[in-house]
Amino acid sequence: MYSNLWLIPFFPLVGSIINGLFGKKIKNEKVIGGIATIAIFLSFLVSCQNFFRLLGDTEKVHQQILGSWMSIGILNVEWGFLLDPLSALMIMVVTGVGSLIHLYSIGYMHGETGFYRFFSYLNLFCFSMLMLVLGNNALVMFIGWEGVGLCSYLLIGYYFEKKSAGDAAKKAFVVNRIGDFGFLCGLFTLFWALGSKGVWTLNFVEISENAHLLQSGGLLVTVVTLCFFLGATGKSAQIPLYTWLPDAMEGPTPVSALIHAATMVTAGIYMIARMNILFAMSPTTMMVIAFVGAATALFAASIGFAQNDIKRVLAYSTVSQLGFMFMAMGVGAFTAGIFHLMTHAFFKACLFLGSGSVIHGMHHAYHHAHLHDDPQDMRNMGGLRKFMPITWITYLLSCLAIAGMPFFAGFFSKDEILWWTFASTRGSYLVWIIGTIAACMTAFYMFRSLYMTFHGEQRTDVRAKDHIPESPWVITLPLIILAGLATIAGFIGIPHAIDVAHVGNGIASFLDPVFGQAQQLHNIGIPEDLAHNVGLEIGLMCMSVVIGLIGIGGAYYMYMKKQELPAKFTGAFPGLHKAVFNKWYIDELYDFLFVNPCKKIGTFLWKGFDVCVVDGVVNGIGWVVKGLASGLRYTQSGFLHNYAMIMVVGVVVIVGYYIFG
Amino acid sequence: MTPDVATPFPLLSLLLWLPLGGTLLCLLLRHSSNLCRWISLLTTLTVLVVALGMAVSSIGGSGWLFYEDAAWIEPFGIRYTLGMDGISLLLVLLTALLQVAAILISWRQKQRPALFYALVLVMETGIIGVFLSLDLILFYLFWELMLIPMFFLIGVWGHENRVYAAVKFFFFTLAGSLFLLLAIIWLYLLHGGQTGDYSFALDALRQTVLTPGQEMILYIGFMLAFIVKVPLFPFHTWLPDAHTEAPPAGSVDLAGLLLKTGVYGMIRFAFPLFPAAAQKSLPFLAILALVGIFYAAWIAYVQTDMKRVIAYSSVAHLGFVILGLAAWNQLAWEGSLLLMINHGITTGGLFVMIAMIQDRSGTRELGKLGGLWTVFPNLSAFFLLFCLSSLGLPGLANFAGEILVLLGAFKADPLWGGMAVAGVVFSAAYMLRVVQSALWGESKKLARNDDLAVREWLILVPLAALVVLLGVYPAPVLEFLREPVSLLLETGGMP
Repeated sequence: MYSNLWLIPFFPLVGSIINGLFGKKIKNEKVIGGIATIAIFLSFLVSCQNFFRLLGDTEKVHQQILGSWMSIGILNVEWGFLLDPLSALMIMVVTGVGSLIHLYSIGYMHGETGFYRFFSYLNLFCFSMLMLVLGNNALVMFIGWEGVGLCSYLLIGYYFEKKSAGDAAKKAFVVNRIGDFGFLCGLFTLFWALGSKGVWTLNFVEISENAHLLQSGGLLVTVVTLCFFLGATGKSAQIPLYTWLPDAMEGPTPVSALIHAATMVTAGIYMIARMNILFAMSPTTMMVIAFVGAATALFAASIGFAQNDIKRVLAYSTVSQLGFMFMAMGVGAFTAGIFHLMTHAFFKACLFLGSGSVIHGMHHAYHHAHLHDDPQDMRNMGGLRKFMPITWITYLLSCLAIAGMPFFAGFFSKDEILWWTFASTRGSYLVWIIGTIAACMTAFYMFRSLYMTFHGEQRTDVRAKDHIPESPWVITLPLIILAGLATIAGFIGIPHAIDVAHVGNGIASFLDPVFGQAQQLHNIGIPEDLAHNVGLEIGLMCMSVVIGLIGIGGAYYMYMKKQELPAKFTGAFPGLHKAVFNKWYIDELYDFLFVNPCKKIGTFLWKGFDVCVVDGVVNGIGWVVKGLASGLRYTQSGFLHNYAMIMVVGVVVIVGYYIFG
Repeated sequence: MTPDVATPFPLLSLLLWLPLGGTLLCLLLRHSSNLCRWISLLTTLTVLVVALGMAVSSIGGSGWLFYEDAAWIEPFGIRYTLGMDGISLLLVLLTALLQVAAILISWRQKQRPALFYALVLVMETGIIGVFLSLDLILFYLFWELMLIPMFFLIGVWGHENRVYAAVKFFFFTLAGSLFLLLAIIWLYLLHGGQTGDYSFALDALRQTVLTPGQEMILYIGFMLAFIVKVPLFPFHTWLPDAHTEAPPAGSVDLAGLLLKTGVYGMIRFAFPLFPAAAQKSLPFLAILALVGIFYAAWIAYVQTDMKRVIAYSSVAHLGFVILGLAAWNQLAWEGSLLLMINHGITTGGLFVMIAMIQDRSGTRELGKLGGLWTVFPNLSAFFLLFCLSSLGLPGLANFAGEILVLLGAFKADPLWGGMAVAGVVFSAAYMLRVVQSALWGESKKLARNDDLAVREWLILVPLAALVVLLGVYPAPVLEFLREPVSLLLETGGMP
């Protein structure tokens, strides 16, 4: 049956190798981009086939084992893949969105010197991401986990001549490594904990089957899941490890869309979902996740208020939306979290690609006019909808989706999350309140970016202002498809309360085989009385729509109607604005607390201990020996002589003992 | 307990003495440096081919895969006993491979080339001898034989501060080996006194009855030599100097091979001879290893000389190896040995590449390098690969070993494991610093701007292929390790 799963990561791997080895010789951009795009599109086709086959199958968990990787006594790690509804959904998102972004990149990266390098990395990224999603054990997942980190590193540093790009890349990798430390600790502790119960395994299916051996709510399971969560905060840019993601915008825009919005950064969510049985066993961990998610959602949204770089706004918005997904995981709304992961992949990829289209156009215009203004600064934009109608419409639709306006995709997924934070047995009113505020802020800063970019008066330098073209079809086609998905994809998850046509919540029933068991076992869900309280659910829904509208209205008032207001506001609170604009100085704080002391300690250990203490002792002894051997000092092999003599003495002792002993 | 491996042809002796034959030829023909380097290349290649042939022929074998035994210095009971099991086989293969790389990277050796190649070849005999000897005096002779050529390689052909580094290297290792020699002799006398059979055979000496005190003193004597060689914190300070000052071939041999002889000495001699003392020492070994992992990584992070970064990274990696040994289970030991081999290949590759970079840019200082990728894309891609392997990227060689060590360490004691895992954060920090300073940024003034030459491709492709292969499919290596490791853990290693 599902024996062609291996093809899914295989195609992009081949594409990556071809372009990596021969890309420089091929030179032709269409061929290079074509190879890469076809490779990922083929994966998409195979994914579709497997997805629909699984949809009609009664057996929902399938493994394909390719062979042994490491096998030592108790431990047997295989190269194996796991297809269940969760991974099936993920591969659809990764290969689908991935294909569109590959196509887009052919247009966007046109004329770059490292064109082949870019596509080789991009394919390699897809390979790693698919390994992460499909791996049937924690080590194969970890290959993907680190692999996506590596590709992210290479792509952030794509413009490696720029120092800022190199710094951002290194920061991303090292911060992620701190998360990986957590991941590995969780992995090893779990291995050891299950092993001490007699089950040595890293396989996800076996972990799920044997999770009951661990004490539910016990310290061990809390430690394991907290470690894994630390891993998730690194990859998915949550407090305290989110600082790398905004800097990662140094990479080309398609990279931001694919890696830093739609796929890689959701790996943490996916990992928690994959091990939901373990997480469900620890209410403490889940509470931590919910609050960290909520705090991140609010905090990142606040920074989004004051950024002028269009990509940075989107970056903080991504951090904030990922916070929503973690909130969902924390209150046990696994399905809603994955649902939001999917809808977010559509609208955020569309927003990023839209911003890329804008940057592309601005860059073109500046280039035409021989100017060196910043093509990403929204203060140089305004009124672009006249020049780029398709980009504008798609951006608008995605903004409506992210703001949660009724019947756009984000409406369904975000409301489901907020409903669970309110009503779930693991929910909390505080999380719900924070989430609602963050949702309002999201609507505000997203429409702020929309207005500043596309509406109002054009603020571009006069020499460039009339030379902004709409992007070519390879760029606009993906935008249209993604905007379409951002508009309609929500209907696969219609909540019960407003399901007038009784089509049912498709995604919930599809994912139930993955999450149902844990939710039942540990009593996670909406309590009976609330589940049937349709009025309450609809009431909350209306409320969050109103709140979204307030955010949009606020943005309209400040950035369209009374444009002097933002300046007045920053004038009234200069300190606050400065703090927000500088991202609350968290980077500086980390430098002060961790980075600089690390360097100082390293230097101290080297110069202080290694050179002074250890070498000092040795040199002291050496000096004494030298003194003793001063007679031999002038022959180059003085030590050799000494040494030979000692050997001779040794032999003499032996001989003596043998003869007289 | 004489193994019944009837080798019709003394293959082990062939492996062992071939390089020395090459040495003699080099010295005879020292006036033609061209002839000398071809002789040394052919010699090392032949050794590699023979070793590969032996490996292929012994797939699925068990016990001593090859064994030779002959009387040598009868009055003292010194015998010429060589034996090869899976562990020594892999280490000999690694030696043979890295020696070819060492010769190729020194292809343009101008200063006294004949002597240089001769010394590299002597060292090969020494190293292979260490990995094959089963008689303690024979082992000791080879142990010292490695030392002398390295001393001269560093002292004569090294970089700026070579004399200091050579003397320091010599002093450290010499101090260690002295204790080893004394311990060997004492053990010999004790055993002879008990049984009347004066022998240096490992097999026989293991039967010696020792008081706990005697055992501990002897064990410490052995271990001092090995710990210095590994090197374990705080006996490591000779290494950064020696690595940095050594000529490229010397650095490759030092990091790739010499360090491994220390680990090999522990598992082949020190642990089996003194099992009770070894058990008592494990927590201390683990602590030193853990301290070393962090300490070395931390220092590596602030180094400015590329060679020094890699040198300190070796100390950290060998810390993982020793931690695995201290964990004392099958998982960790196979991991340690795998990591040792993979570290040899990765670090060998890195030192080879630093030589190539220094050739082109005239410097190893991170501050003076930059933008290499723009000028040398091929070279940089290889360098990146080795760096990634060194920082433990999953799917590449070092990771496979490290993960097994960590799993095994967790199995033994979650606390050790948990602390060691933190080491992975550091390795990323210092290796990426090298990548960023050397490959990225704006390009600086260069002495040459030609990308990889054919000879360099020939060195790098096999090493790079192994880095990937051993990461993705370490099974064949693990297969060779399984039986010897379980024997060593259970009975002290005698099939």
